[in-house]
Amino acid sequence: MALAQSGIQIALNRFGLGAKVGAPLTAEPRRWLLDQIGRYDPSPAGIAALPRSPAQIAQLAEIRVERKDRKEEEGADYRKPKLAPAIEGDASVMAAKQPNPEAGLFRAARDSYVEAVSARMAVAGTTETPFMERMVAFWSNHFAISVDKGSVIGLAGTFENEAIRPHVTGRFIDMLLAVERHPAMLLFLDQAQSIGPNSVIAEFARRRGAAKQPGLNENLAREIMELHTLGVRSGYSQADVTELARALTGITISGLGRIAKLIGGEPGKTLFVPQLHEPGSRMVMGKKYAQDGEKQALSILLDLASHPATARHIATKLARHFTSDDPPPALVARLEETFLKTGGDLPSLYRTLVESPEPWASNLAPKFRPPWDWLVALRRASGVDFPAQPTVFALNQLGQQTWKPGSPAGWDDISASWAAPDALLRRVEFAQRLGQKLAIIDARKLAPALFPDALSESTVQAIARAESPAQALALLFVAPEMLRR
Amino acid sequence: MTQLSPIAQLNRRHLIAAIGAGGAALLAPRLAFAAAAETDRRFLFIIQRGAADGLSTLAPVGDPAFERTRGILAEDFASAAKIDGMFALHPSLATVGQLYGAKQALFLHATASPYRDRSHFDAQNVLETGGTLPFELKDGWMNRLLALLPGSTRAMAIGPTVPPALRGAIEVPSYGNSALPDANAEMLQRVSQLYAGDPQLHMLWDGAMQARSMAGGDAEKGQDPTALGKLAAKLMSGPDGARVAMVETGGWDTHFNQRGRIAGQLKQLDALIAAFKTGLGAHWDRTMVLVATEFGRTVAVNGTQGTDHGTGSMAMLLGGAVRGGRVMADWPGLAQASLYEGRDLKPTTPIDAAIAGALGSHFQIDPARLLAKAFPGSGGKPLDGLVAV
Repeated sequence: MALAQSGIQIALNRFGLGAKVGAPLTAEPRRWLLDQIGRYDPSPAGIAALPRSPAQIAQLAEIRVERKDRKEEEGADYRKPKLAPAIEGDASVMAAKQPNPEAGLFRAARDSYVEAVSARMAVAGTTETPFMERMVAFWSNHFAISVDKGSVIGLAGTFENEAIRPHVTGRFIDMLLAVERHPAMLLFLDQAQSIGPNSVIAEFARRRGAAKQPGLNENLAREIMELHTLGVRSGYSQADVTELARALTGITISGLGRIAKLIGGEPGKTLFVPQLHEPGSRMVMGKKYAQDGEKQALSILLDLASHPATARHIATKLARHFTSDDPPPALVARLEETFLKTGGDLPSLYRTLVESPEPWASNLAPKFRPPWDWLVALRRASGVDFPAQPTVFALNQLGQQTWKPGSPAGWDDISASWAAPDALLRRVEFAQRLGQKLAIIDARKLAPALFPDALSESTVQAIARAESPAQALALLFVAPEMLRR
Repeated sequence: MTQLSPIAQLNRRHLIAAIGAGGAALLAPRLAFAAAAETDRRFLFIIQRGAADGLSTLAPVGDPAFERTRGILAEDFASAAKIDGMFALHPSLATVGQLYGAKQALFLHATASPYRDRSHFDAQNVLETGGTLPFELKDGWMNRLLALLPGSTRAMAIGPTVPPALRGAIEVPSYGNSALPDANAEMLQRVSQLYAGDPQLHMLWDGAMQARSMAGGDAEKGQDPTALGKLAAKLMSGPDGARVAMVETGGWDTHFNQRGRIAGQLKQLDALIAAFKTGLGAHWDRTMVLVATEFGRTVAVNGTQGTDHGTGSMAMLLGGAVRGGRVMADWPGLAQASLYEGRDLKPTTPIDAAIAGALGSHFQIDPARLLAKAFPGSGGKPLDGLVAV
């Protein structure tokens, strides 16, 4: 096995994103990590330059208009079967086969996605606050959206940049409110089209005998309780899910779908439309919430955010992320207590984490890096820009396409989900290719600089005996030290 | 290690195949397989992640409440031929329909695992671990099945990683279609040395080399369902091929505009099955495929022309080994009063009893023993009469 990790290695890898070439290593690991909370920049230059959600929604609305036109022209056969998300490769293939305005717009949305992934890689690959960048990815994954739903491809980057990044050093409730009202989440979990069955609009549709009667879609309500706040099996019932779904009706996006005509206004904004909202008071987990428009749902979210089950859920996930698949109960309990005591103050959670002994224990086995973290570690180690399209391609092949976990539960955070034979072979394939491209880098010098006093003898030997600089670098990239954190 | 350069030019798959044929098993010492009385039967599990709608797959068109409750989703079956007095198959499932006609497809309707809640992730865990509660068991039921197989424990996850159903005491390799360029033979050799002292990486690497050798020469590079079906067949065909394998599909969570989406999903599934059958050739006669999902979807259409999370769903057993041409269902009915919690298809057939019954007969393992081992909390009796030969 690898050598026991030093404090510096733990700070760099378990809490961070790997050593950055040329950056001085810190002598005070805990201080280095805690200082990052204050130095965190929620909108670094590369991110700030990206398009924002209203522009992306406007683009989506255009796609839908084109699709509607095409549907009218081509009749019932307009819909070409799409590839299943778990099976399919690249959405651009689909777009490329359809030379029409819709395909062009779809490609533009796809380009925005590539640009956003690339910006994310550039930030992670160079940031001076890697612990906070880890938290960005953690929260983004906790509140996961997935671009296998075509409508959110162009919005995925805006979701992280607008709903997650601004709140990473804020309070849990503020992140929750931003997330549940972001257009990407409203589209991903179908909230934008969920309508109260007894709302003004539904009554109107009934009187007119409309073919499609509007009604509830409980997707977002369920995932808020199961994934975003309380956690599964924490005491809520199907009735609570349906009640929350009713309370959420009215929260939608301007400029999209059937309701675009109704509400008008500037497209791409999240807003509350009273005519879509289900009338009446709601009962969620034994508490009554008066009919109060949008405040009804917000009051429920507020209570969910401070519920003890939510504290336990978040504490467990955080502890697992920074220690092991089965996190130490004492650490979970400490984080839970911090969450409840501070009302979900996220920096307090980070401080508890860094100041706790468990993540620093010398006998704690390091976790297997998921593909994103591995690629970021290579980026930081090599100090070379990764071009946009190849980055997206590589992440897809390595099994972790950014913002595409395939389900609202996000990527799994246990070793068995990543450490697998074919996944490892793909890393070797990719490392060989990257090694050839970056062969100018001398792995013999780089390795000890990245892992001072922590390089295993077998890695040193493998690099020393490599047949070429390219192979030496490739072997360093797939060395045990690089694969784990 | 001085004679490596000539073979360094070779495609690594050819190299590994050559080493395997020479019997040296240099890269993968675990390749030394037992030869004793090995089963010639195959089993593939195709999991549908996301809760596939059984009522849109095999529609109970003869149920008096069908058209009223299914609304727009009933329209796909307007011209579909009934396969018996009650049910019609979705028009996307052409191959599956032919298999049914050839008595090689058996449908279980109104079926479910012991799980009775509506979380995808808990439900998939129960379906894959074979427990009665989520996260009650650490290993998967397919891994426990391997321990009972006569003379072979060779299994394969078709994809980059190993799904929970195949995780457990027996290490199962994974193999998928990578679009990355092959690493050269010398690199593979050096990586083997690099991982020699690291138990976890050593084991994973062995598994990878073993899987590559099973895939043989020119593996399919595509990632569409047809390529996936072909690859699965290839990995299960040879004398050293896997006897048990699993393929994961996703995209079944149709909360919104279900009609077009499920048509596409089922078409993909059908293509995967067709390619797998073709690729297996004569092995198909002694093969069983299980298609199953974590739970069903609401009987009623929701407010966005989709369906929400439900309970009872349907599963398929396909293959030459199946006593098919039948629908097995203790049909609970779609009338409001018959629904589970007033909204879902009521499960009447436990899927674990069906799996244990089918695979027990298939692999000639006592079904009661298999049920106890694969689904220890089940307590039921294995279903009988699902296997033809």
